[in-house]
Amino acid sequence: MVVSALALLWLRNLFAVVMLSGSFSLNAAVLYVVMDAVDVAFTEAAVGAGIATVLMLGTLALTTSHEKADPGVSWPHLAMVVVVGAALIYGTLDMPRYGDPMAPIHQHVAPEYIERGPKQTGMPNVVTSILASYRGYDTLGEVTVVFTAAAGVLALLGRRRKKKNKTNKRIRSGERP
Amino acid sequence: MKNLRAMSKRRRREMQHKEVLRVCSKLLIPLIMLFALYVQFHGDFGPGGGFQAGVIFASAFILYALIFGVDVGMKVLSPGARRFFLSAGLLLYAGVGIAGMFMGGRYLNYSVLLQDPVAGQHLGILLIELGVGVTVAASMITIFYVFANQDESE
Repeated sequence: MVVSALALLWLRNLFAVVMLSGSFSLNAAVLYVVMDAVDVAFTEAAVGAGIATVLMLGTLALTTSHEKADPGVSWPHLAMVVVVGAALIYGTLDMPRYGDPMAPIHQHVAPEYIERGPKQTGMPNVVTSILASYRGYDTLGEVTVVFTAAAGVLALLGRRRKKKNKTNKRIRSGERP
Repeated sequence: MKNLRAMSKRRRREMQHKEVLRVCSKLLIPLIMLFALYVQFHGDFGPGGGFQAGVIFASAFILYALIFGVDVGMKVLSPGARRFFLSAGLLLYAGVGIAGMFMGGRYLNYSVLLQDPVAGQHLGILLIELGVGVTVAASMITIFYVFANQDESE
């Protein structure tokens, strides 16, 4: 993963970048499986490695597949990135160890969900019962976001081809557009 | 660089000779769709759910459009049908919430949908996951078709 992330930074050929980001997502999915988050891994593999790569390739076909020349290193920006990154890493030092049962996140509402979830919803998969029932509002919001994205793409790009054809016809028939 | 549409036209001619690709994808597409339905309706018991199933279902359509050309792919699902499914899924989700309100519960409380609260939860989750799947699949197919359908000179 680290190798593909570094290669992503250095490569200028965007086709290779898209392919590498797809493989990065696949690696991330494997990492999630190792951490026992099967649902997240499933989503990452389907969306990150699958659909996102195809959509990026579609975009590449419309634009160019080569990035413009590197403008060079900007030192103030690099310094800012290093400082913020160091602060973030410093922040993670306070976090509880991975899988620690006494961590605050496992003491709040999670035990209740795990205990009551199967009884109240009759679902063996706790993730589904939380996503769809206890956190139904959040999931509704997510679906609305997906819907809005598709509606936005339709509104911006959906009708362009028809107009273009009309213009072409007018040009062909000798009219001024 | 040529746009996808022109590419797909040129490629369709080339594809006449790529029988391995055509036959394999024809064999695979029904299996992909079947797997998507499995993920959709088995999400209560195993990993998966509406989001994943929708994406997998959309990938079957996208594979078809890539192999056989975007024009042929567009015929399978007309723009009107795509728009219908796009909103139908979201309306189904919100409608289940409102149905719960009419039956005396709070918005998106599925326990009141049936006599037995557990069965009501089951029904509600099944329906909203179906709504999620339909909307996600329709959005992915729509976004792909619209991208693939652009003219390069714009």
